[in-house]
Amino acid sequence: MTEKPITRRTLITGAAVAAGGALLSNLPAGAQQGAAQAPAGAPAATPPVPSADPTKAPGAPTTAVGTRSPFVTPQRAPVGEITGTSLTPLEALSGTITPSDLHFTRIHAGVPTIDPAKHTLLIHGLVDRPIELTLADLKRFPSVTRTHFVECSGNGRVAYRTPKPDMTPQQVDGMVSNSEWTGVPLAALFREVGLKSNADWFLAEGGDACLLARSIPIRKAREDALVVYAQNGEPLRPEQGFPMRLLLPGWEGNTNVKWLRRLKLGSEPFMTRWETSKYTDPLPGGKVRMFSFEMDAKSLITSPAYPERLTGPGWWALSGLAWSGRGKITRVDVSTDGGKRWVEAELLTPLASKALVRFQYMWQWNGNESLLMSRAVDETGYVQPTFAQLRAARGPGTDYHFNSIRAWRVAADGAVTFEANT
Amino acid sequence: MTRAPRVCRVGLVAALVAAAACRLDARDDYLGDKDPKRFALGHAPAPAELAAQDIDASPSGAGLPAGSGTADQGAAVYAANCATCHGENGEGKPPYPQLLGGPKGDIDFSTDAKIPRTIGNYWPYATTLFDYVRRAMPLTAPGSLTADQTYAVTAYLLSREGVIPPTAQLDAHSLPAVQMPAKSRFVTDDRRGSTGGKNVR
Repeated sequence: MTEKPITRRTLITGAAVAAGGALLSNLPAGAQQGAAQAPAGAPAATPPVPSADPTKAPGAPTTAVGTRSPFVTPQRAPVGEITGTSLTPLEALSGTITPSDLHFTRIHAGVPTIDPAKHTLLIHGLVDRPIELTLADLKRFPSVTRTHFVECSGNGRVAYRTPKPDMTPQQVDGMVSNSEWTGVPLAALFREVGLKSNADWFLAEGGDACLLARSIPIRKAREDALVVYAQNGEPLRPEQGFPMRLLLPGWEGNTNVKWLRRLKLGSEPFMTRWETSKYTDPLPGGKVRMFSFEMDAKSLITSPAYPERLTGPGWWALSGLAWSGRGKITRVDVSTDGGKRWVEAELLTPLASKALVRFQYMWQWNGNESLLMSRAVDETGYVQPTFAQLRAARGPGTDYHFNSIRAWRVAADGAVTFEANT
Repeated sequence: MTRAPRVCRVGLVAALVAAAACRLDARDDYLGDKDPKRFALGHAPAPAELAAQDIDASPSGAGLPAGSGTADQGAAVYAANCATCHGENGEGKPPYPQLLGGPKGDIDFSTDAKIPRTIGNYWPYATTLFDYVRRAMPLTAPGSLTADQTYAVTAYLLSREGVIPPTAQLDAHSLPAVQMPAKSRFVTDDRRGSTGGKNVR
């Protein structure tokens, strides 16, 4: 332990001085990290100064809100627009749950600041008894807790159209995230209002500045739709729809309407802008597919991936994520030779339906150039297509649902780059 | 609502015992066997409150408000509220999309993502235009246009795309009758996982 970093830390950390004075100033720099809190999610203002031996002096005191280690600074990639995206750093994460502050966002008119005491959910239209629910009302219904992914149907568009070798997993597929959601089955809310026999669709409308709205067939409410108010054990974050959002497991992200304020039952789709001029899929021959709700099965190796570099031959753990909007992932195959030979990867439990699954494969790299790929299979038997198959089915100008096999090229020197068109 | 009986989520033995009392039906999943028919939570919305939120407009015309507007009137609305982002002639200013002037006729949009998708060649319903403007536009002051202004700017955009005559007046009756050139393009989803046909569609 040296005296120098202690002094510097003490000078720059007003909170530490105020809180502990002389006693804190005698603590090693590492012990003061807790006191010198950077804003959550922001990189440390100064590089962290580790203690030479953290076992020889007490650590930091307790704090009201925890922060990441100053050595760990995962970041979303925001475009900084009110009609844009912010991508999850998939390569920085382990397991399957996305930390809530790193869940991807796609917003259409900014993130609203909503007072939960003033927010209501209106359910009306083809119902026996229209009602208005506050957040407190919603929490009195029986709740369920489920783990599901949310994926923007535009995820993978850049990699499909303009791939580059220096794309990270975040840039390739960062518009998928996975959370434990808590809320009320939509079926319970619909039973509460009593549906008319011709209520075959409902409009879900958000309380943001574009009143984003989507038409949803009633079958989804019978299957597994939820109105959720919590994510990963805490209230939804504003960017994820605080105080309540629609959660349609396995369906394209845009239908999971955030800041949910209104559900209107109708006999036909309402044909909003987000299901006609957007979120529709041009197909070869001139037709355009609409209401393409389910996200097709997909997988992605998150390590090794650009910008990683393998330090030498030997055993490496290939690790990645797989998911399907139609149910459970039943198998993920991995290839290290560009798809000539496939071997089954290990699926790490738990295997939830319409949720991210972590797969891994122990690979003994011989030091030769290799092409790493993964291929997901779901419980319907759907097999993740090759780029050529997807392009033949949808054309180069299609706009959503880019689920073709992704690949990473490993050069003989260990450099890893994104490989397009596999 | 159809109340077709379905299997309870409770265990087999319990299900056999309680089969007669099973209340779970197609829309009652997730509810426990002891849950009441209704929880009687929430409150009835005040009519004015409901009306204020009930702003959607459907292809049938349901939900369209009173009022009317023409392309001539809409030109001024567009210039004052829309041109800053979408351009004087609806040509778009990235990231704000092009609205007008896309290619017409038989177009295969799947061949090239750069083919402009505009109101005249990619919007299947005219009511969607009204609904979207009323919801979301202009970006910095959504909800600020009157019903007349919204009809007028809708008429202006449809007229510029050659969908309606320049003199046409749009209102709750005439707007749903507008036939959009793109309507015949749109088909519903035919993907079914692997169980309903080809693997990749």
